[in-house]
Amino acid sequence: MGVEFLLNGETVRVEGEAPTRTLLDWLREIRGLKGTKEGCNEGDCGACTVIVSDQRGSRAVNACILFLPQLHGKAVRTVEGISGPDGQMHPVQAAMVEHHGSQCGFCTPGFIVSMAAAHKNGRSDHDDQLAGNLCRCTGYAPIIRAAEAAAGAPVPDWMAEDLARLDAGASDIAIPTSSDELAEWYAAHPDAVLIGGATDVGLWVTKRLDELKEVAFLARVDDLKSVEITDDTVRIGACASVTELMEAIAPLHPDFAEMLRRYGSVQVRNAATIGGNIANGSPIGDSPPALIALGATLHLRKGDSRRDLPLQDFFLDYGKQDRAPGEFVEAVSFPRQPDRLKCYKLTKRFDQDISAVCGCISIRTEAGKVTEARIAYGGMAGIPKRAAATEAALAGQPWTRETVTAAMAAMAEDFTPMSDMRASAGYRMKSAQNLLMRYFLEDQGQPTRVLEVAP
Amino acid sequence: MTVAKPLPHDAAPLHVTGQARYVDDIPVPANCLHLAFGLSTVARGEVTAIELDAVRRAPGVVAVLTADDLPFANDVSPSVHDEPLLATGTVHYVGQPIFLVVAETHLAARKAARLGKIDYAERPAILTIEDALAADSRFEDGPIVWSKGDAAAALAGAKNRLQGSITMGGQEHFYLEGQAALALPQEAGDMLVHSSTQHPTEIQHKVAEAIGAPMNAVRVETRRMGGGFGGKESQGNALAVGCAVAARLTGRPCKMRYDRDDDMIITGKRHDFRIEYDVGYDDDGRIAGIEFRQYARCGWALDLSIPVADRAMLHADNAYNLPAARIESHRLKTNTQSATAYRGFGGPQGMLGIERVLDHIAHAMERDPYDVRRANFYADATGSAGAEAGPAPINEGRPVPADSDADLTSRGAPATAGRAPQPPKDAQTTPYHMAVEDFILNHLCDRLEQTSDYRSRRKAVAEWNAQNEVLKKGIALTPVKFGISFTLTHLNQAGALVHVYQDGSIHMNHGGTEMGQGLFQKVAQVAAASFGVDLASVKITATDTAKVPNTSATAASSGSDLNGMAVKAACDTIRDRIAEFLGERYQTRDVRFADNRVEVGGEVLTFAEAVKLAYENRVSLSATGYYKTPKIEWNRVAGKGRPFYYFAYGAAVTECVIDTLTGENRILRTDILHDCGTSLNPAIDIGQIEGGYVQGAGWLTTEELVWDDKGNLRTHAPSTYKIPACSDRPDIFNVALHDGRNREDTIYRSKAVGEPPFMLGISALMALSDAIAACGDSYPALDAPATAECILTTLDRVKT
Repeated sequence: MGVEFLLNGETVRVEGEAPTRTLLDWLREIRGLKGTKEGCNEGDCGACTVIVSDQRGSRAVNACILFLPQLHGKAVRTVEGISGPDGQMHPVQAAMVEHHGSQCGFCTPGFIVSMAAAHKNGRSDHDDQLAGNLCRCTGYAPIIRAAEAAAGAPVPDWMAEDLARLDAGASDIAIPTSSDELAEWYAAHPDAVLIGGATDVGLWVTKRLDELKEVAFLARVDDLKSVEITDDTVRIGACASVTELMEAIAPLHPDFAEMLRRYGSVQVRNAATIGGNIANGSPIGDSPPALIALGATLHLRKGDSRRDLPLQDFFLDYGKQDRAPGEFVEAVSFPRQPDRLKCYKLTKRFDQDISAVCGCISIRTEAGKVTEARIAYGGMAGIPKRAAATEAALAGQPWTRETVTAAMAAMAEDFTPMSDMRASAGYRMKSAQNLLMRYFLEDQGQPTRVLEVAP
Repeated sequence: MTVAKPLPHDAAPLHVTGQARYVDDIPVPANCLHLAFGLSTVARGEVTAIELDAVRRAPGVVAVLTADDLPFANDVSPSVHDEPLLATGTVHYVGQPIFLVVAETHLAARKAARLGKIDYAERPAILTIEDALAADSRFEDGPIVWSKGDAAAALAGAKNRLQGSITMGGQEHFYLEGQAALALPQEAGDMLVHSSTQHPTEIQHKVAEAIGAPMNAVRVETRRMGGGFGGKESQGNALAVGCAVAARLTGRPCKMRYDRDDDMIITGKRHDFRIEYDVGYDDDGRIAGIEFRQYARCGWALDLSIPVADRAMLHADNAYNLPAARIESHRLKTNTQSATAYRGFGGPQGMLGIERVLDHIAHAMERDPYDVRRANFYADATGSAGAEAGPAPINEGRPVPADSDADLTSRGAPATAGRAPQPPKDAQTTPYHMAVEDFILNHLCDRLEQTSDYRSRRKAVAEWNAQNEVLKKGIALTPVKFGISFTLTHLNQAGALVHVYQDGSIHMNHGGTEMGQGLFQKVAQVAAASFGVDLASVKITATDTAKVPNTSATAASSGSDLNGMAVKAACDTIRDRIAEFLGERYQTRDVRFADNRVEVGGEVLTFAEAVKLAYENRVSLSATGYYKTPKIEWNRVAGKGRPFYYFAYGAAVTECVIDTLTGENRILRTDILHDCGTSLNPAIDIGQIEGGYVQGAGWLTTEELVWDDKGNLRTHAPSTYKIPACSDRPDIFNVALHDGRNREDTIYRSKAVGEPPFMLGISALMALSDAIAACGDSYPALDAPATAECILTTLDRVKT
């Protein structure tokens, strides 16, 4: 069989589609469900938002970069399934009409689905829940008013998903259900592309128009999805979503969680995996600098053999990682430690923007002296990279403005950033240096974050 | 009455359930084909070889067309025929369509379009304003100059004087629905086109030329757009024409929609500008004379750049009485996307120029910029509309030759010289010699100053800044005065077609298009009010060139002014016919339409009964309506006259905070008071104001277009081009409508609202400038967009 899932409560089986057929194309072109819109085809606008539910819950995701096999055994709800079976409006729909939340209406179905997902999950952080839905008409104010108005209404019973109705057995597509199964398959198909959340690979298909030959989908590798926190270690499974990491890490390293809050959007965080964010080796992935600053170790597996290495050593050069064919990221871990981590993500727009610079800094001091400094930056080199000279300039020095100023100057030895559409080399260097000063001043109790200023 | 009520958008229930249909949602016949363009990869050069065999052999490809394959006109320009559908030997920007792929699926067409191999003899590209000035690459023979008084003498005699310049970036429309068109061939060579366009008549005109047919063979229908903002005034031409040509060739329906990246790479955007100024002022900060030089980067083809640059000149005064002014405008030709209409149409750029000047003067005088602004405001109006006419009109300037192929309904059409009325003697006038008779900003700002608590918040900001080393706040109050009417005077006309069916239901159609602005609902409210019926009786229908011909673009904020009046005229005609008939039948002059009933003398009929009776007695229940805006006369050659029927006003206070270590910044609070006259629909108008402000603030902050040195647009997707997201709106966002009525006789005394609030976003840039100014002694001279990087760079300048 191909792929089986629930679509607006009905069981559907999809046979004979290419494994990289996106849900959005299939909905619109095969099912004739035109309510889900294509706004950007790269997961940045949210017009194609749908709800995907499984045993782990219900979450909003972008259908434009979601491949059908990722849905095997899950439930999908589109805007057509947000209204009741007799056409009753969902509370968020009624509120959006009443509060003038739509103008041109094209982004509206995506907003409705995101709002319904947040409503189902009892979320009231509306700005965050809707950060992945762009609207060009309203200025968002009426949409938030609608979300607030609908918050108190009960979740309609038609929003429940009866996953038990699915059998979702083995598929002819590679959709392993355990890490052992994945290891065995990947060792046998070392040239294949592993697809976790498809928030990166999705664009290879929708934008670069790649035709991927061999693929495996990790959506059901449940034993790699956990974040385990013991007395001495935090271990993050490679298939844990960014959302899952964010929730787990918040009590330990709140600023890491705050940075992840700005990593992509709800839809992207719900799909994206930590393993993917590391394994794709992007110089501007946001989780590696934070994990490196926490002293993370990467756990790799190929077949039955495993090896560990410091995360920073995984990134060899731009586009090149220390990973053999058939080898995959199983987990990343770091030692429990007092929280000294600050994560600074510089972007043109606060929410859902790729970092120009992502600076993650953890400096321990004792008796007024720096005892340890771990500093890693994204966006400053072809890889996520530690600031060795900066760290050296801090080590053992008095924790003062003078030391920090000297260390800022040393940072010029660590990085030779480039200019691109996100920022110039000059801005990258200067802001990266200044982030060290921000860390110091913040440590001294000075307000340094515009996001924390109340009107 | 159904007018002046805050009713929801007519399609809101369809929007929220996913049932609202856009072009790409229209069910198509099974044999529909899909199109994609092959694009130029160089900014300027000659095409030396085109190798398309691989494209033709690609799976699903049905046909591949180049310029040589086009049967008739190869032209999608809305103005001077300088924009071929497919390049003819020369390419002028990266992204220019060279060939057209016709394939069985959208994806097949996209994939095949990348297989073309094209060789170019590249020439040095002219990319920037500086490049264009150095090469004297421009449209028109030289700069356009309009003036009032002797600015040079005023400058020479002024007590204080300063100079400066501001650069402001362009802006991608980022309508959520990309460009799309669908052409369905009909019998006898006719063509039905569904287009996501603000200008169905323009589509009809260009399609007719391209398939060698008269306009009566082409019908264009537009139910709605998923956003327009000016980006669908002319930029949809290429898709509709491509579809129609391919449909004619293959005999099959053809659809084209741009993938987002293609959309951003191919289509035009807002014009970026540099504005230089030289201003003289007295010790109270009152401007004595000013000279502006406006440099507009127009891109490779003319499109609508002349009226855009004109409107920038027409807003160089904004709210300020400039005793002597000289405005010089350069329309520069570059090897980039052809800049096009975008909400405000040059007005925002011109307005930002003078707002910068006021900010600069205030800094030099160490005064609150708001006080300097107020010192320069026009005086508020007194008395009623229709002030005494001045002396006889003047008629000067050279006539513009007639162009038989002109796109008559396009804003790109050549303007005739026109008459220029003399303003009344002693009137306060704009730099283009129009009397400002309806100014209200003095008392509007008085009120906003109070409701926003501006004065004490300004003090609080200064105190807060004194206590914070890293973060600094800024606050600014800026006004908007925006001219309402097409500056191409003949476009200020509209038609409507209204039917009343025998059951009392009403079918309403007009020339305006719906892009989210709520035009259809506002106009339906007008129709319902005319007949005294509920809105539910009025069916809103798609814009259709077969119902109302020769329409102007839905643009220049004119939609409800023009179409509301036209629909009212049609409805009133039918109503009066019914009333006349009933009056005769019941021997009374007292016929009233209200509450779904018709009262005739003492009798009461339901509206449906009255209609049925009228039908049975052979009363025509269908009528057209027509409206043309009165009073406007404009001589653009001389730069004199009354281009605008009236002005729309508003003002905003924005408070923001910046981080001096990184340049990160955020809007904290915005208070707006805006003038919609007597609003036709306060809810829809407030929606336009909130949305316009956020879009305007986006233009000036996060929205940065970046081209590389080869002319490649590097920000061609939402991953790299950042429009405001949800959390970018102000934390506190107070929007109120100014109480008032339009002193001119507009539809129910309302005012246009589409564009004016966009420019309230200027207050955000000025607030950022204020925050930066708190960090040093030098004037920030902040450019736009004020990204974090731009702010950090500016801070360096201010601190030294």
